[in-house]
Amino acid sequence: MDLINNLSIGFGVAFTPINLLYAFVGCLLGTLIGVLPGIGPLATIAMLLPATYALPPVSALIMLAGIYYGAQYGGSTTAILVNLPGEASSVVTVIDGYQMARQGRAGPALAAAGLGSFFAGCVGTLVLAGFAVPLTEVAFKFGPAEYFSLMVLGLIGAIVLASGSILKAVGMILLGLLMGLVGTDVNSGVARFSFDIPELTDGIGFIVIGMGVFGYGEIISNLGKHESERKVFAAEVKGLMPTREDFRNMAPAVLRGTVLGSMLGILPGGGATMAAFAAYTIEKKAKMRPGEIPFGKGNIRGVAGPESANNAASQTSFIPLLTLGIPPNAVMALMVGAMTIHNIQPGPQVMTSNPELFWGLIASMWIGNAMLIVLNLPLIGIWIKLLTVPYRWLFPAIVLFCAIGVYSTNNNTFDIWMVAIFGVLGYLFIKLGIEPAPLLLGYVLGPMMEENLRRALLLSRGDWSVFVTRGLSASLLAVAVLLLVIVLLPSVKRKREEAFVEE
Amino acid sequence: MRIKSQKDFFSGLLFIVVGVAFAWGATNYKVGDAARMGPGYFPLLLGVLMAIVGIAVTFAALTVETEDGDKVGKFAWKPLFFIILSNLVFGLLLGGLPSIGLPYMGMIAAIIALTFIAALAGEEFKFKEVLILAIILAVSCYSTFIWALKLQFPAWPAFIAG
Repeated sequence: MDLINNLSIGFGVAFTPINLLYAFVGCLLGTLIGVLPGIGPLATIAMLLPATYALPPVSALIMLAGIYYGAQYGGSTTAILVNLPGEASSVVTVIDGYQMARQGRAGPALAAAGLGSFFAGCVGTLVLAGFAVPLTEVAFKFGPAEYFSLMVLGLIGAIVLASGSILKAVGMILLGLLMGLVGTDVNSGVARFSFDIPELTDGIGFIVIGMGVFGYGEIISNLGKHESERKVFAAEVKGLMPTREDFRNMAPAVLRGTVLGSMLGILPGGGATMAAFAAYTIEKKAKMRPGEIPFGKGNIRGVAGPESANNAASQTSFIPLLTLGIPPNAVMALMVGAMTIHNIQPGPQVMTSNPELFWGLIASMWIGNAMLIVLNLPLIGIWIKLLTVPYRWLFPAIVLFCAIGVYSTNNNTFDIWMVAIFGVLGYLFIKLGIEPAPLLLGYVLGPMMEENLRRALLLSRGDWSVFVTRGLSASLLAVAVLLLVIVLLPSVKRKREEAFVEE
Repeated sequence: MRIKSQKDFFSGLLFIVVGVAFAWGATNYKVGDAARMGPGYFPLLLGVLMAIVGIAVTFAALTVETEDGDKVGKFAWKPLFFIILSNLVFGLLLGGLPSIGLPYMGMIAAIIALTFIAALAGEEFKFKEVLILAIILAVSCYSTFIWALKLQFPAWPAFIAG
């Protein structure tokens, strides 16, 4: 078996005590920094990249993989504990994860995220090792029209995310798309909606929107309630680990998330984010077991599914990088940077020219994942202790971390003014009963959607039928329409409303 | 005409206003046509769509009956004011305001100010408690961000650091 042979080469290279130590240190640093709100995987890797210069190539990549997974898991931790999504893919984790934390079930939520991610990571690694080359072919089939249709599907999926009014969710997606367009237009170089403010020509930062709308909005709304009705966190913490019932609920969710994530991760651009959102949509549509908590109120599947999808996708997103040399997202672009520093040119030739490095890297990703779970399961106890801190001490600290996180991304006070605006907006959304999660998906997809729409219509000379005449694109749109019909069907709608009665 | 869902009514208005604003803004850029989209094409499309959604939401808010009128309820002005103020003061102290020649006071001062102002948003304000919290936060932020991560934050006021 080629696969086993190759993997054994990889593990032979990566599985040395010194490399394990690097993986551990990477994971630890990644988690500790990633857990600071506002500092996501990208910033963490950028900060720690210089620390890996002096290491031999394989060790450096192992440490970076550790940092990456650590930072990503650290981001999910803050999402669950304090309602702060540090990056796009943890926006969905916030929805049910934070509710679980409020009910004293932060432990199971964190464990579900960790275990789900680990499982997904293992599968993702196998997919990466076994199917890297054939899967690249699939990515080639995606032209601009297909990407656009895929994003439409993703956005329709986001409508299902919202538990309240469908129309309001559509409005929020459109608002998100529009916000994503603020800044310099890549085609013409025109600065759009920037009001001649130089900082706005770079666009609005994701962290700014995430921290403002989720972080500040939630804090203001919590403080607005009287202390007696506030009860931000349940007094007693119910168990650190998921119960048997939890495991039974989350196992299928993890499986579904893993499959979905492995598939979407291959596509360059937004794979991991789309995977997390899509997984949540599927979980919400999947049949509920009797006695399950509704979504949006702390359902463990709402944490396990997206987190697995996200991790599987970040694993398979190495495929375009390693086989085509195309970094699918900013984090991967940094990894390319790290590789070139060590004199490795990512691309199809890596597999043949330095097989021990290629397979070593794949093995190291698995090691990074394993290290994560070893490190983080014991840490759960400590994170939960944080929630026993009285809210009147906790909230100034959260405000502070939001402000610092926002400032540190660009070392620019302008972002602090922006987060204030989004904080007010976030509170307004809560008051008006509008859910903010679709906004962020729209924001992430906005620029990509415009680009692909432009390219698709440029290639078809302005003929809109291109989206339905190309088979793959047409089927994606058909699924989108089907999903929309299901959502709009009156009977389903009534059930939705029963399940998600507004607070 | 009676508003049947206050929340939806104002959400709809919000969508209409923002959608129209974006669409109107987009017409200032070259719109072009489908084959050769200018920078204004996509935002114009989205803005118009958003306004339509807004109209639909508003219309539904006026027609679809709800049990309790879906009141927006009282705004929590006090926390809103103090949280946002604490954030603004933090930025002002951390970075200064070069346009009016205000020098920066550095991170330590900014953290202490933020903690005190943010704490005012809560129901009880115990000076001693908040002071301790501010000191803990300042020390831990200094050691994490400046000492350990070596981020380029000004820690002390301009007139001390020079």
